[in-house]
This record gives sequence, structure tokens and C-alpha cells, in this order.
Amino acid sequence: MSDAAIELAGVNKWFDTFHVLKDINLTVKNGERVVICGPSGSGKSTVVRCINQLEKHQQGTIRVDGVELTDDPKSAASIRSEVGMVFQQFNLFPHLTVLENLTLGPIKARGLSRKDAEEKARKYLDRVHIPDQADKRPVQLSGGQQQRVAIARSLCMEPRVLLFDEPTSALDPEMISEVLDVMVELAQEGMTMVVVTHEMGFARKVADKMIFMDAGEIVEEGHPEHFFTNPQSERCRKFLSQILQH
Amino acid sequence: MKKLFLIVPFLMLAGCSSSQTWGWYVIDPTTQTGWTNVKFLISGMWATIQISLIAAVLSIVLGLMVALPGLSEKRGWRLTNRVYVEFVRAIPLLPMLFWVFYGLPIVFQSMGLNVPIDPFWGAIITLAISDSAFTAEIYRAGIQSIARGQREAAQTIGLNYVQTMRYVILPQAIRRILPPLANQFIYIVKMSAFASVIGMQELTRRANELVVTEYRPLEIYTLLIFEYLILVLIISAGVRWLERRMGADERG
Ligand SMILES: Nc1ncnc2c1ncn2[C@@H]1O[C@H](COP(=O)(O)OP(=O)(O)OP(=O)(O)O)[C@@H](O)[C@H]1O
Ligand SMILES: [Mg+2]
Repeated sequence: MSDAAIELAGVNKWFDTFHVLKDINLTVKNGERVVICGPSGSGKSTVVRCINQLEKHQQGTIRVDGVELTDDPKSAASIRSEVGMVFQQFNLFPHLTVLENLTLGPIKARGLSRKDAEEKARKYLDRVHIPDQADKRPVQLSGGQQQRVAIARSLCMEPRVLLFDEPTSALDPEMISEVLDVMVELAQEGMTMVVVTHEMGFARKVADKMIFMDAGEIVEEGHPEHFFTNPQSERCRKFLSQILQH
Repeated sequence: MKKLFLIVPFLMLAGCSSSQTWGWYVIDPTTQTGWTNVKFLISGMWATIQISLIAAVLSIVLGLMVALPGLSEKRGWRLTNRVYVEFVRAIPLLPMLFWVFYGLPIVFQSMGLNVPIDPFWGAIITLAISDSAFTAEIYRAGIQSIARGQREAAQTIGLNYVQTMRYVILPQAIRRILPPLANQFIYIVKMSAFASVIGMQELTRRANELVVTEYRPLEIYTLLIFEYLILVLIISAGVRWLERRMGADERG
């Protein structure tokens, strides 16, 4: 087993003629927390989506847990279940209860019995601090609760890595902290995480590595201490000063 | 439809006052022959219902099989879907019926197979294929109306394509698919009248045969129209009920 949970080497991607990712090199070690920030349209989502193969890259290699991502749908499925994903829009299944949202993957993809899956689901609902909403439908929950259910749904697959794509951007301000608190707890428990976010307070607290992207490139990469106090590039400095003003 | 309601009673009134144009005796259920004729006409109902129902079920299955490649990311699959839908939609029902009933057995023969096609199955196959192009489009629209995020979320929890469709997409799409699908059933019932030309003993065929012996086309075809009207009205009441239920589900 390699030390790197995720390894991107020379990754390039185009949407038709639009060069969306330019020579991306990035390593996420086991247990490491990486936070990606950057202006809108810079390719942050695309990087994350390439890692769990919601998008295909055209050049370079992406390895998850040492296994290279290929076109083979079988490997895609097995890698996807190693990599959890939390979306900006939650993407809970509206026709299922909270409990069913959580048990669907473990039962159908992992082959767990209903009983075991429900036990696991309740454990993770506990972990995201909503133990008593199991039988509700997603629409009956607040945004913050829905996002925590989404996190629990990913955790139920017991992934090696959790990806977050702006998990708090669709939330009302008063609900942001309840989601971030859960994420901080996960980080403290040693979960490997890649988080796209503009929540710099969260980044300072948990990040082992900061990535700044602009126009499809990784412009700056570094330890949060240096990153926030002494950014090297002009673009990153400008971005940080804008975002830290709020 | 509304206009028909206005015209028909008017015609009937006209018929009562002038016995030269109307001769209701031919289907007067109070007389011996009239009642026999009515029974003869209505007895085609069962065949019409049978053909329509079986064709509808086949079309629902076939339509899904045609729709899924149309939703693929691969251009080749999508092309297969487009070609099928455009091709089938372009063929008028009657020529397709002739081709299936008279032509298809010869195709089978040339392949060394002896598959006789009787009017019953000839009609069903034709109706199912013809309708499947429309059913496929209904599925496609319904499935596409489910946000992309649903499919992506299903994939990230390790579900494969079939599981994603079965547990995530179709259960949500079904409430958008079912009402138009049921509506499509009306189309099948009406088109099933074409089965009469290949000798299927359904409603229209019965009417035609009685017209030939009784020389009373006006009365007999009037009754025929009412037979279809009643069938269709029952179905559309069902569709409306379904739409209300699906709508209620969505809100709940
Ligand atoms: N499916 C697609 N087809 C074509 N272009 C796309 C597609 N998805 C994204 N893009 C473009 O690629 C660029 C990068 O998109 P991406 O979503 O990765 O940016 P981002 O950094 O996540 O931005 P945001 O902060 O707004 O979420 C954008 O200019 C976007 O318009
Ligand atoms: Mg994004």
C-alpha cells in the first residue's frame, strides 16, 4: 500500500476546446486534509470530480490508493466506493427516507444485510448529530441537516477519502457552522479529506495543505501558515485579501 | 371531442324526425334482430381491449429499452435511439401493419423459421412497435427531468448503472412518466381499429361486417363511435385520477 491516498500527475482536461485543467500535480497523503480554494470557474470542482470519475481527464494519471483510474467501468465502481463525495446541493434522494438514503449504498453496492446497514446508518447519524431524524424525508429537514445526512451517507460507505465540493455554499449562514463542526470532527478523527471551500476559518483549523487554483492551474500550494501569512503569487494574495474581508 | 358531443345529439334528433335517413331499428335493443346486432357489435370490445392492453404492455417495455441508450453519454448509443425513434415515428400505421402481417412471415420463412402471424399478434406487434417510439420519448423526457446530481450521488455511493436506474432515477421519474404513458394508451385503443383490415374481429371489423349485411352505415358507425368514446372516456378518467395521485405524492 502506498502512502498516497490520491495522486494526480500531469493531469490535463478539456471541455471541447476549453482547457479546464492544466497540468495538475497533487498528492494527498493518507490522513491528510487538503483545502482547495480559488475564484469561480478556476476548475476546483472539476479536479474533485475527476478524482471520483464523475468527469474524465484526457491526459496524465490519477491514482486512488495506488490504483490508476482507467476507463474500465468495474474499476470505476470499486474506486468510487473508496472515495466519498459531498456535494454543494446535497443531492439526497428525495423519494427515500433519511435511513434509506444511508442504507442504499451499503445494501446494494456493498451487499450488507438490512440490519447491519441500518445499524451502521444509525451510528453515523449519531456522529453527525441527527440521531432522531431517521424516518423523515429529506425535504422535511433544514439545509444544514440535509448536508449532514449527505455526509453520513458518504460515511456509511466507509470511504478512504472524502471529497467535499463547497459543502456549505448552498446553506443559510446560521447553518454553516453545524456542518463545519461535523467536518472538523471528522478531520480530528483522521479522515483523509479534500475540501473545496471558501471558509478560511475552517481551512486554518484543519488544513494540512492549502491549494490555490486559478484558470485551471494550481498557482500556489503550501502549509496554511505560510499560505495565509505570506502568499507567494500576486493572484493568490489578491484572492485572499478579497475573501478574508468578509 | 367537444364538437362531437354537440354534433351527435343533433344528428340523432334529425334522425328521429326523418325516418328516411335514420333507421335505428337495426340496432334497437328492444327487437330481436336489433338486440342480436348490438350484441354482435359489442362482442368486438373484448378483442379491442385485449389487443390494446397487450400492445401497451409491450410498448412500455420496448420503450424503456429504446429510451435508455438515448440517455447514454456515448454518441453511438444515442444515435441508435434517434434512428429507431425517427424511423418508427415516420412510418404510417397501416403500411406497417401490412408489412408485419404479410411481410414478416416471409422474412421468418427465409430464415428457415416457421412463425405464423395471425391477425391478433400482427396487430399487437404493429401497435407495440409504433407506440414504442412515443413511449421511449416519454421515458427520455421523464428521466432527463431528474437532476444530474441524483445520478452522480448514486454513483458516488457505489451503485452501478442498473442499480442507479432501479433505485434512484426511475422511482423519481415514474410520476412524470406514468400520466403521459397512460395517455398514450388512448392512442393505442384508437389505432387498434386498423386491426380490422387484416381481419381481426374487433369493434371496427364487427361494425364493417354488419354494415355489409344490413346496409345501415350511419346507425352502425354511430354506435361504433360511441363504443370507442366510452372506452376512451374511461381511460382518460383513469389518467386524471393517476395525475391527481402522482401530484399529491409529489407534494406530500
Ligand atoms: N460540463 C461542462 N462542459 C463545459 N464546460 C464546463 C463543464 N463543467 C464546467 N465547465 C467549465 O469549466 C470551468 C471550471 O469549472 P469548475 O466547475 O471546475 O469551476 P469551479 O472552480 O468549481 O467554480 P465554482 O467556484 O463556480 O464552483 C468553468 O469555466 C466552467 O464553465
Ligand atoms: Mg465548483
